[in-house]
Amino acid sequence: MIERTTRTLDERSHTAPFGFKALRYIFPDHWSFLLGEIALYCFIVLVATGTYLALFFDPSTAQTVYHGSYAPLNGAHMTEAYRSTVRLSLDVKAGLLIRQTHHWAADVFVAAIALHLMRIVFTGAFRKPRELTYYIGLTILGLALLEGYLGYSLVDDLLSGMGLAIGYGVALSIPLVGANLAALVWGGPFPGDPAFWSRMYIAHVFLLPILIATLIALHLFLVSSLHHTQFRGGRKTEKRLVGVPSFPGQAPRSLGLMFAVFAALFLLGGLVQINPIWIWGPYHVADSTNGAQPDWYLGWLIGALRLMPSFDVVIAGRTLVPNPFWGGALLPTAVFGGLFVWPALERRFTRDRHPHNLLDRPRDAPRRTAFATAVLTFLFIVFVAGSADRAYVLMGWSYATQIDVYRVGVFVVPVVSYWLAHRICVELLRNERVEASRHAAELEAEQAAGGG
Amino acid sequence: MRRLWRWILVAFVWRAAREEEPGEERPPRIVPDGAPSPRAELVVVALLGLAALSAVAFIAVYAFDRIPDQTQYLGIALGCAFGFLAAALIVAAHHLVVTEELEEEYGRPHPGEADRVARVVTESGGRLRRRRLLAGAAGVATTAIGLAAIVPAASLGPIYNLGRFTRTPWRRGRRLVDQNGRPIRAAEIHPAELFTAYPEHADPEQLGAPVVLVKLEPDQLHLPPGRKGWAADGIVAYSKICTHAGCAIGLYRTPLFPPVDKPPGLVCPCHYSTFDPETGGTVVYGPAGRALPQLPLTIDGSGNLRAAGNFSGPVGPSWWGVRNRRVSS
Ligand code: FES
Repeated sequence: MIERTTRTLDERSHTAPFGFKALRYIFPDHWSFLLGEIALYCFIVLVATGTYLALFFDPSTAQTVYHGSYAPLNGAHMTEAYRSTVRLSLDVKAGLLIRQTHHWAADVFVAAIALHLMRIVFTGAFRKPRELTYYIGLTILGLALLEGYLGYSLVDDLLSGMGLAIGYGVALSIPLVGANLAALVWGGPFPGDPAFWSRMYIAHVFLLPILIATLIALHLFLVSSLHHTQFRGGRKTEKRLVGVPSFPGQAPRSLGLMFAVFAALFLLGGLVQINPIWIWGPYHVADSTNGAQPDWYLGWLIGALRLMPSFDVVIAGRTLVPNPFWGGALLPTAVFGGLFVWPALERRFTRDRHPHNLLDRPRDAPRRTAFATAVLTFLFIVFVAGSADRAYVLMGWSYATQIDVYRVGVFVVPVVSYWLAHRICVELLRNERVEASRHAAELEAEQAAGGG
Repeated sequence: MRRLWRWILVAFVWRAAREEEPGEERPPRIVPDGAPSPRAELVVVALLGLAALSAVAFIAVYAFDRIPDQTQYLGIALGCAFGFLAAALIVAAHHLVVTEELEEEYGRPHPGEADRVARVVTESGGRLRRRRLLAGAAGVATTAIGLAAIVPAASLGPIYNLGRFTRTPWRRGRRLVDQNGRPIRAAEIHPAELFTAYPEHADPEQLGAPVVLVKLEPDQLHLPPGRKGWAADGIVAYSKICTHAGCAIGLYRTPLFPPVDKPPGLVCPCHYSTFDPETGGTVVYGPAGRALPQLPLTIDGSGNLRAAGNFSGPVGPSWWGVRNRRVSS
């Protein structure tokens, strides 16, 4: 019966050799290789739940007055975009579950990609021959941030409006051309042309998802064509790959992980409230609220905007660099730019141009690990600075003092953490060498005793 | 009856003989065999059953018209369905599927093939004599067509005409109204309170529209030179849009004990830029790089607040021209 099926398929596609290879494709086994997979499964949930949401959401800035089941908003002026989101959250059956799951999936998606990226950096997996795979992954991360921001902005609740205003301020702050650029994107000064909503919508539900899906396919194609990297050990070498075949060994594990991700996301979506937009209320240009927090993956940008001291760079009466540029535009450009040139820089500094299939453990490359740790701690402090107001509310720490501390810490702590990480790596390596030589000496002694 | 028995016997022998036919040897296994694990099979069946039950529970909860906490129950049911399915697969992976460890050589680059690809490309141009010229012409054509394809993007917005960035709905004599369009009387503005006002008969949803009003003691006011008379009966008006990144000013910090506390401040909740209403909206804290634009006020004969002109400068976040352009109505 099974034979009949495979033969029939092969007679009509001539793909049996490919099918066999695919079934016996080898996966090296390590938990950290699953992070990318988690991101992939989140993307599946995002597409599925997003499609459901699109059946109810109306991306329009047409003004209406709310009359519906949520009494506190009765009589409030709002856009169709906001009204339809309130309706799909509170009146459409299972709507809230799907919306919250969508939001959670986005947060976990970016988190999984970020962790995956850390794994890649700390183990040197980006080295030759896998640079293209790495660049594509970075691009996916950048697009995912933008995609998340747009999704959050489309709703037109109070928080998303404030987020968009800040995005507009950052766009304006680009030297020389900021205003022209913002005029182009928004169709005029903020809050922009009604067509701006159509632009965000087509980008969020069509252009970016298609782009991300294409890049994911390309990423996976390259991964499989070059094969996975693996950690040293056993019979694994630079030339020989050892692992579990995709079928039957890996398939139930991967599918199990996929359904576990689905389970976690739907449990979160059902049980843990996220972005209750009916409480925030509709956005108006003149409204704002205290303690607004964006999704976690934009926290570092908020933090950077808050850490900058007060100044615009003004030359001869012209405002060359408005303040939000540093934190909102330069920082992300520098971080992504740095990540993009990292493989080339490392090739240059280490003069290592060989292909690598074996991964480094973080300790094996102390300087890379130390530098990556320094960058991470820098970003982490900037990120924490973004929630200084929350810490004030929860802990009573003075906001201004916190900002001062972070302003110093953002320079000092990375230096310290560089030194510390480097030290730990070197010590671990030294211990290993000592262990190894003691082991060798013991063996020798044993042999000598046995011989004598 | 005996005949039947005979037939059955013959069939049996024939089958057995057929199975042992020497010519039909099975090819060696690809996937190695392993010991069965009936317990694990039962566990998997149980888990699959639970997954099915949870999915049915989801449908049942959905079918109810409106029950309290429906979202939570739906989430639990769907989460459990996927969770049990995941558990079934993981048990199967560990106990019902053989664990093999395969080995394989990593692929290698194919320099020979790559060279052949390159040769196909170069040799295909064998008939070309003016390569430079052709490449140049092709480059020019592609660039021009590319530009032609991109240029219509200029229709997206007023890319060159930035006049709208400095236009506001305020002009001399325009009344200040509240969010319901009701004119605001000077007597309604009390110290230590923050009021939001809009221009009468204008779209409130533009950055240039909303202003904040605060009332200060006359001796507190230290407005910059040239703004004499911009306050009306101690009331000052500033654009409500933060000059940092465009959020709306939302907080008014007023000292409880004026001699010891910080001076009053208009605070933006986005990145906590704080502006001093006493000194013309100058930045006293936070990242904003420019003072809040001030709107001159007067009080008309019936006690209503009116604008006495336009803002002191462009409203909203900074850009290239924000300091050297004047606002227009
Ligand atoms: S937008 Fe007001 S402080 Fe940044």
